[in-house]
Amino acid sequence: MLAVSELKKSFVAPDGERVDIVHVPSFTLGPGEQVALRGESGSGKTTLLHLIAGILAADGGRVMIDGAEMTALSEAKRDRLRAEKLGYIFQTFNLLQGYTVLENVVLGMSFGPRGADRAHARETLERVGLGHRLDHFPSQLSTGQQQRVAVARALANRPKLVLADEPTGNLDRKHAGEALTLIREVCREHGAALLLVSHDELVLGQFERRKDFAEINQSSAVLQPASKKPDAG
Amino acid sequence: MTLPLIIYRSLRQHALSTVITAGSIALACGLLMCVWMVKTQSQTAFTQTTTGFDAVLGARGSKLQLVLNAIFHLEASPGNLAWADYEMVKRHPAVKAAIPLAVGDNLRGYRLAGTLPELFEKVEYAPGKKFAVQAGGRIFAKEGEAKEALAGSFAGQRLGLKVGDTFHPFHGLAFDAKNEHADTYTVVGLLAPTNTPVDRVVWIPLRGLQTMSGHDAKAATDVSAVLIQLRTPSAGFMLDLMYNKQGNRLTLAYPVGAIIAELFSKISWFDQVLALVAYLVALVAAGSVLASIYNSMSARRRDLAILRALGARRRTIFGAVVAEATCIGALGAVAGYAVYFGLLSGVASVIRTQTGVVLDVTARLPVLWICPLAMIALCALGGVVPALKAYRTPVAETLAPLS
Repeated sequence: MLAVSELKKSFVAPDGERVDIVHVPSFTLGPGEQVALRGESGSGKTTLLHLIAGILAADGGRVMIDGAEMTALSEAKRDRLRAEKLGYIFQTFNLLQGYTVLENVVLGMSFGPRGADRAHARETLERVGLGHRLDHFPSQLSTGQQQRVAVARALANRPKLVLADEPTGNLDRKHAGEALTLIREVCREHGAALLLVSHDELVLGQFERRKDFAEINQSSAVLQPASKKPDAG
Repeated sequence: MTLPLIIYRSLRQHALSTVITAGSIALACGLLMCVWMVKTQSQTAFTQTTTGFDAVLGARGSKLQLVLNAIFHLEASPGNLAWADYEMVKRHPAVKAAIPLAVGDNLRGYRLAGTLPELFEKVEYAPGKKFAVQAGGRIFAKEGEAKEALAGSFAGQRLGLKVGDTFHPFHGLAFDAKNEHADTYTVVGLLAPTNTPVDRVVWIPLRGLQTMSGHDAKAATDVSAVLIQLRTPSAGFMLDLMYNKQGNRLTLAYPVGAIIAELFSKISWFDQVLALVAYLVALVAAGSVLASIYNSMSARRRDLAILRALGARRRTIFGAVVAEATCIGALGAVAGYAVYFGLLSGVASVIRTQTGVVLDVTARLPVLWICPLAMIALCALGGVVPALKAYRTPVAETLAPLS
């Protein structure tokens, strides 16, 4: 499902020095597999997810997703591949505040192969327990409910791969556990592979397969959040 | 539905700036259309308003003043001409009809004009249209009682005149209560509306005006002007030669439409100034679309980056911003029609009150679709700059601070 080889990314630090933040010689994820990556803040976890998602262009190396080489595609084709194959769950959810819950999910789908399928979006929201909040705006929801919208949006398109970046980072213990269970369950139901990054041991402890980011990333540089450009996770 | 949803939500999120920007476009669009329409329509209406006459004969002076005084009842008379001059032109073989006109008095600001009943009996004020008297009234008598009055529809309505009412005229063209004449006139009829300057006049028999108390007895047979219908258009040039080039006592204003057109060409600079102002307003409106969307781009960067992260292409984002600017332009253009009709109705009403000339507010000129379309195109163009900014939004960098 996901194969990464010799993936590299560097940034220019504020002092003008070029810093290698990601160098992953090899990393793979099978279909439906769920893996958690453990890493400290600033270690480059988010950058790796951005590179896999094609949001950032790599300096070198390959990212293969479901047989397509993300790193060899033009930006427009990367956008299409991302819309078709990937679901992305952000730590801060990144919901569109001016749109209703249903519209957030519909918009997430509209760039993918299913198009703006409102019925399916509604079903997905019902699956995550938000069938009664379709016309609410994100600001009218609790943090846990917002996370569920983000999960529904990431999975509504039936992606092959879900990338989750500290998805429980903004939730309290109780809600974090619920959200994580939901993400894993829904990914299983949809047959989607899950790559989750976190520094929370309680989250990581729930995964059968987990790795230290430092194990797969040969770059040892750590950027301070304030000097990140762009985010190095 | 993606694009309409993005545009709709964006317009809703920035409702205040959307309304203000669309309002300024509506104002610009409405002003442009109105200026153009008033210019075109008034020129057409004034040059075509001849009330059925080809030429005007009057005292030596300005042709324009003669036409404005005798046809539009606006200016003061340049002077009088003798009854014999009227008789002579009336007998000229090239003249089909000649109607004398005497002015110099008013009824509470509305002009009193003396003439013969033939004006209302025989003349067509527009092709196929003859004067008609409203029910219960009649045209004043040719012979006998000279103290009768026939009110033009607009003057009668504004003065509240009805058949059987009596009044005392006031001397001069401007109303001054101190200059009241002793003579009493009785309203015998009200004309049906003609949408010409005739509507703004209270008509009395020529003799009634000539012999009004207080008027100079020596000028009792003089007239202010003679309205002339010609047998053939070429006859006008013959009379022009006779009165204007060979003679030096009288002036023939011919053709009436061309003289008014000359007036419009003299004041064309005013149209140009108005048009320039309207163009500038249009440019400012398009600029405000650009500024309004551009300024909101900082607030929207995150939304745009999220959309990109969800798989939206750069060109989708670019298209959404341009389409939003286009929509604001379209909203403004539609509202511009309301501004246009409001302004035009007001201007047309003022022109009608002041001159009796009626503008066709329902006329469909090309400007009514060219202007809104051009405005929308200008707004779309204004959207390109913020769209480029949106197009270049770096996704990872924009999402970074919170992710």
